[in-house]
Amino acid sequence: MLKDTVNINGKAKADNTYDAIVIGSGISGGWAAKELTEKGLKTIMLERGRNYEHLKDYKTATKDPWEFEHRGSITQAQAKQHPIIARGWGANEQIIDKWANDVDAPYTEVKPFNWWRAYQLGGRSQLWGRQSYRWSDHDFEANAKDGWAIDWPIRYADLKPWYDYVEKFAGISGSMEGLEQLPDGHFLPPMQMNVVEKDVARRIKEKYKGSRHMIIGRTANLTAAIPGRTACQFRNRCWEGCPFGGYFSTQSSTLPAAVATGNLTVRPFSIVTKIIYDKNTQKATGVEVLDAETNQTYEYHAKIVFVNASALNSAWVLMNSATDVWEGGLGSSSGELGHNVMDHHYNVGASGVVEGFEDKYVYGRRANGIYIPRFTNLFGDKRDYLRGFGYQGSANRDDWSRDVAEMQFGTGYKEALTEPGIWRMGMTGFGELLPYHENKVSLDKNKKDKWGLPVLAMDAELKDNEQKMRVDMLSEAKAMLESAGVKDIKTWNNGHHIGDGIHEMGTARMGRDPKTSVLNGHNQVWDAKNVFVTDGASMTSSACQNPSLTYMALTARAADYAVSELKKGNI
Amino acid sequence: MNRRDAIGRVALLMGGTIIGAEFFLSGCKPTASKVEDLFGADDVAFFNEVGDTIIPETNTPGAKTVNIGNFMAIMVRDCYKPEDQKIFLTAKDNINKQSKKQFGKDFVNCDIKQRTAVLNTLDVEQKEYNKHKDKKAPNHYFRMVKELTLLGYFTSEPGCTKALRYVAIPGKYEGDVPYKKGDRAWATR
Repeated sequence: MLKDTVNINGKAKADNTYDAIVIGSGISGGWAAKELTEKGLKTIMLERGRNYEHLKDYKTATKDPWEFEHRGSITQAQAKQHPIIARGWGANEQIIDKWANDVDAPYTEVKPFNWWRAYQLGGRSQLWGRQSYRWSDHDFEANAKDGWAIDWPIRYADLKPWYDYVEKFAGISGSMEGLEQLPDGHFLPPMQMNVVEKDVARRIKEKYKGSRHMIIGRTANLTAAIPGRTACQFRNRCWEGCPFGGYFSTQSSTLPAAVATGNLTVRPFSIVTKIIYDKNTQKATGVEVLDAETNQTYEYHAKIVFVNASALNSAWVLMNSATDVWEGGLGSSSGELGHNVMDHHYNVGASGVVEGFEDKYVYGRRANGIYIPRFTNLFGDKRDYLRGFGYQGSANRDDWSRDVAEMQFGTGYKEALTEPGIWRMGMTGFGELLPYHENKVSLDKNKKDKWGLPVLAMDAELKDNEQKMRVDMLSEAKAMLESAGVKDIKTWNNGHHIGDGIHEMGTARMGRDPKTSVLNGHNQVWDAKNVFVTDGASMTSSACQNPSLTYMALTARAADYAVSELKKGNI
Repeated sequence: MNRRDAIGRVALLMGGTIIGAEFFLSGCKPTASKVEDLFGADDVAFFNEVGDTIIPETNTPGAKTVNIGNFMAIMVRDCYKPEDQKIFLTAKDNINKQSKKQFGKDFVNCDIKQRTAVLNTLDVEQKEYNKHKDKKAPNHYFRMVKELTLLGYFTSEPGCTKALRYVAIPGKYEGDVPYKKGDRAWATR
């Protein structure tokens, strides 16, 4: 489908001039392309990896479990190409090829850092967890109220219409809850909590007198069909690519819309090495691209550049740009480019056994779980750390992978494993990470990637505030499960290397003052008004909610502003 | 297993993760390229018998029917680290050693009751070993055999569709469905 309708600009064309350039094709890049093309701008979207076609390239998506030779495990040969991904749960036979090759594109770990990258069209929109939550003024005002770092230049009211806008298009399912810290939105019908989750939710509500809430997750899976896309079929195999277009990805959602305008060109294998900056006009004139297949260099020119390469790579592009004017690159005049690296820290939580539901089971595979919105340091609650966390989790019956401890091998053992086991309810916290100037990424000019480009050096870690929060994340999870009658509770705090949340943020933050921020309140680079950064790099604080929905809203808002400024002749 | 499932299943998976399936060290080289380099036909046949003792044929197929020995060979060849490969390759000798000790003969010459007794002894041994095992200490060969048997069987076509229940496209989610003892578990979730 894509091949027939998208103008794939595989090799250099004589005319390399467009109205707009979008660097990156993930969640925010896809949104930038959609918005800019729908507003009539001839746009080229540059993707550093291969083309990746909707449906056609979802090669594993309809295979049955037994058709996978290694039943989900990766081989040693694959582990060798993906040493970072092989550290965690993402190393699966089904999707290992969707992660970037860590050997071709290495980075330096000054401190341990797990960087989960997806280098093909659609980026991590193909693989994301789809949890979609609005941020509230408790988040946008947090830095100002705590006197921490710098104030956000925007408030919830600035973003609310754009949350409305992107939710309607992306398709987010969820329940209306009326919570101040987690604003309601335009939701498709909520998925169901299962019978155990409902019981735990009811008990938590009683125990905490309505001050804590366990709700169904809000997810970018369609619980009802929308134009051009089929409803979620509850296969829980989203990350293999959905043959039904049941979840939001660039391929299922924003790309077809951009293509339909006739204004989009997509160029895969295009590593943007720098933004070309004209110091006379103090604007960008285009970008330089290294063809990842041929190593040839090309230039593309445009009136507007949207940087959506993902938080760390967007910073990398800026660091390599306009170095003749600023040694540290475009946006470095603030001293904040590459700094304030944030993520959400997790790998801490609790789970236990729920009794009394042995006569209950579920049907279908729900690609979603429960969510417990933040309750600490809100509404009069006060802790010995700043900010807070939410929990994600679910209740399930054990499957064959449990041990049947006292059973002898043979018929009885086999029969026992063919039945579902006990119910367990588990949850893990997702905690806010404060912006620290000293948590940074920078260029390591001594190490080069496959293409001879300098790599990033990661130097970021959790600090005292996060460690204190993690103690609380564990004990509150335990306390809530206990209050819900959950038995045999096990807790864990396995530590967290930054990056593992796959929510990198903050490396080109928004602000009110060019001296302390890289971007203004419209995601415009202070030092180059026609350059916009609207991915995780732009975040001024991290909140504790999953951030992608906010990137979508910021991108749509910035694109609207960019085009109006362009029309006014201001950029 | 995606992130949500990983979260929900922490501390499950038989108290750890499937050996070799998820946590790899970087830079290890496969030591063998063909199944035959590590396993002969008689080895595959041997592990079919071992697997079938753990998961025998009942009113549904057993582990031998799904050629569990061959599955083990593929997994050990492709997915195991060299040090784990070495340990696994001691399994046959060790199982025979145990059967000689208990019954004075090789495993395959034992009857089904004796075979079951041998493997149960080794299972108690591996559990005991695992209880006190340091994270970095080598894995127990019989734990590998057991894990690969369960994984290979319950993700096979007969395992999914006959021993368990499998629906490729559920189409909906219902969180409150009646269950009665004997109903089979879902193959995937």
